[in-house]
Amino acid sequence: MSFLEVLYFIVPSALLYATPLILTGIGALFSERAGVIGLGVEGLMIVGAFTGIYINLEYYADFGKNVIWLALLAALLAGAVFSLIIAVAAVTFRADQTVTGVAVNMLAAAITVFLVKLIYGKGQTDMVSAPLQRFEIPYLSDIPFLGPLLFQNVYSTTIIALIVAVGAWFVLYKMPFGLRIRSVGEHPMAADTMGINVAKMRYIGVMISGALAGVGGASLAMTSSGDFSGSTVAGQGFIAIAAMIFGKWHPLGTLGAALFFGLAQTLSIGGGNIPFVQDIPSVILQVLPYVLTILALAGFIGKAVAPKASGVPYIKGKR
Amino acid sequence: MKKRKFGLLISSVVATGAILAACGTDEEKTDSKDTSNNNTGSETNTGSDDDFSIAMVTDVGGVDDKSFNQSAWEGVQQFGADNGLTKGDGGFDYLQSQSDADYNTNLNNLLRRDFDLVFGVGYMMADAIGEIANDNPNAMLALIDSADVTASNIANILFKEQEGAFLAGVVAASMSESGKIGFVGGVDIPVINRFHAGFVEGAEAVNPDIEIQVNYTGAFDDASKGKIAANSMFSSGVDIIFHAAGGTGNGVFSEAKERKAKDKDANVWVIGVDADQYAEGQVDDSTNITLTSMLKGVNSAVIDIATKAKNGEFPGGTTTVYGLAEDGVGLADSRGAIPQEVMDKVEEYKEKIASGEITVSEEKPKQ
Repeated sequence: MSFLEVLYFIVPSALLYATPLILTGIGALFSERAGVIGLGVEGLMIVGAFTGIYINLEYYADFGKNVIWLALLAALLAGAVFSLIIAVAAVTFRADQTVTGVAVNMLAAAITVFLVKLIYGKGQTDMVSAPLQRFEIPYLSDIPFLGPLLFQNVYSTTIIALIVAVGAWFVLYKMPFGLRIRSVGEHPMAADTMGINVAKMRYIGVMISGALAGVGGASLAMTSSGDFSGSTVAGQGFIAIAAMIFGKWHPLGTLGAALFFGLAQTLSIGGGNIPFVQDIPSVILQVLPYVLTILALAGFIGKAVAPKASGVPYIKGKR
Repeated sequence: MKKRKFGLLISSVVATGAILAACGTDEEKTDSKDTSNNNTGSETNTGSDDDFSIAMVTDVGGVDDKSFNQSAWEGVQQFGADNGLTKGDGGFDYLQSQSDADYNTNLNNLLRRDFDLVFGVGYMMADAIGEIANDNPNAMLALIDSADVTASNIANILFKEQEGAFLAGVVAASMSESGKIGFVGGVDIPVINRFHAGFVEGAEAVNPDIEIQVNYTGAFDDASKGKIAANSMFSSGVDIIFHAAGGTGNGVFSEAKERKAKDKDANVWVIGVDADQYAEGQVDDSTNITLTSMLKGVNSAVIDIATKAKNGEFPGGTTTVYGLAEDGVGLADSRGAIPQEVMDKVEEYKEKIASGEITVSEEKPKQ
């Protein structure tokens, strides 16, 4: 493969790998910005992946190829509903948020596999007939260099993910609603005295995280594995959290980090043809995202500071 | 000074006592276990012809993993059906392990329920089987996919994956139009290396000039990586990919299907692994990209070992290796995807390997 061909392969592949990470990472960001630790996104992804595949399999006969949109919508709703467990436990009952997140992850993994066995009588579903597929964007794909690089092999979910990331930045930093979300995550008491309903904002933050992680899980399952089993979502939720941390709890930072993680994973697989990269052992590229996240947390690469009140339940009137 | 000596005395007395006590209970324990095992032994001996019971413990995959756990369970069920057994105590049964910690518990559980022969499925169970075999010298145990632990009451079962993969290589090299084929492996471990080695040798036996791209993704459960690896290969002109990567292989299938769905004339094929992966390759009602699958006959191995044990010829302490000659590995029905002349070639190599004329290497080939 020539260098250009490699580039035309690397960039779309990195985008493919990054898409679920962007969606889920932005989801976790909303939760953390509202002051609830986003550890449960792995479980929410699993719920989204299961719902997406289930709807895709069951309603393909009625909707044909368009069933993917229904599946994504259902995954969005399922993720949002399932995230209510986190919201109720962490906000209303002030439970330990780390434990809640871990519990939701375990619950989601168990309940979805149980449902698969109940519905299909085996350990994994069949492969879906309508997976998410690449398409070409007309006109844009004819641009030299940029066309084949960015517009000839596009997944619709990638476009959604990019819109979500930029939209999240706009919402969080340019709109009153975003300011409120951020204020309850930084200083809930101050927000409360200004008349913001802290519990309500946190519920909304958590449910947005559920909705986005659900879509992220469904897009992962419908592009890559094509079926749902206990190992369909194997740690991508945690990688998304890592992307959010590496992106310093900022939507565009998270977007960049997720793209970078996707690039590192793609290079570890497809880097055998690229000069320089082929000399790096693939193990190093595989662990790079995690090492960088640890370094970012430890303060070597800028300082990654979590929202101040993330993980702290808000108790009215308590100093 | 005095105090310290006194303390030393006390602790040494306590220590000796503890050691002696441990000895005592240990002896008692083994004694009682021995007798109980002898009892079961004599019971089975009296009625061994009609109620030889077998059971298996899965690794974390579960009995419907479309892979070797499922295949082993099919073997157990088949043996049960052939011998008129029913599921449950005294017949056949399985226990599923949710984590590594369950292996010992599950094995003990089945032995306590007096199953005559207990299978541990997967190399991850090796340590557990070793311990249980040591604690229950009269129990008959079989370990699938590992010979790392040996004892007089363990029958080790291995497969010559390289021989099946050799045939997959023959098919791929004969059918490739571009002269480029690919291998996607899970983790770089000996069992996957055997698939790799056989595939390369088989392909080169047919076409010494063939270009074989190899990619170890480093995971068995990351379909995205499988998809990217397949994309990389297909993009560079590879038209047939053999995967030995478990769930990661799902990504190989989805990439191939996507290309086929986009362009009906795209020449892309996938060779599945372990079980018949025809269903995974279904693009639409009339198109399928699964060329064939390399089967690992865990089920026939289970039946074979169980039958031997039933007839009093339990191969404890030895390793039984199932290859092409024993029908332990092979290719799945291609459903017409492979033309007859290629099948004839496959058959020819199959006989050569089975007769020992060709020996297939197990070592990962150098790049």
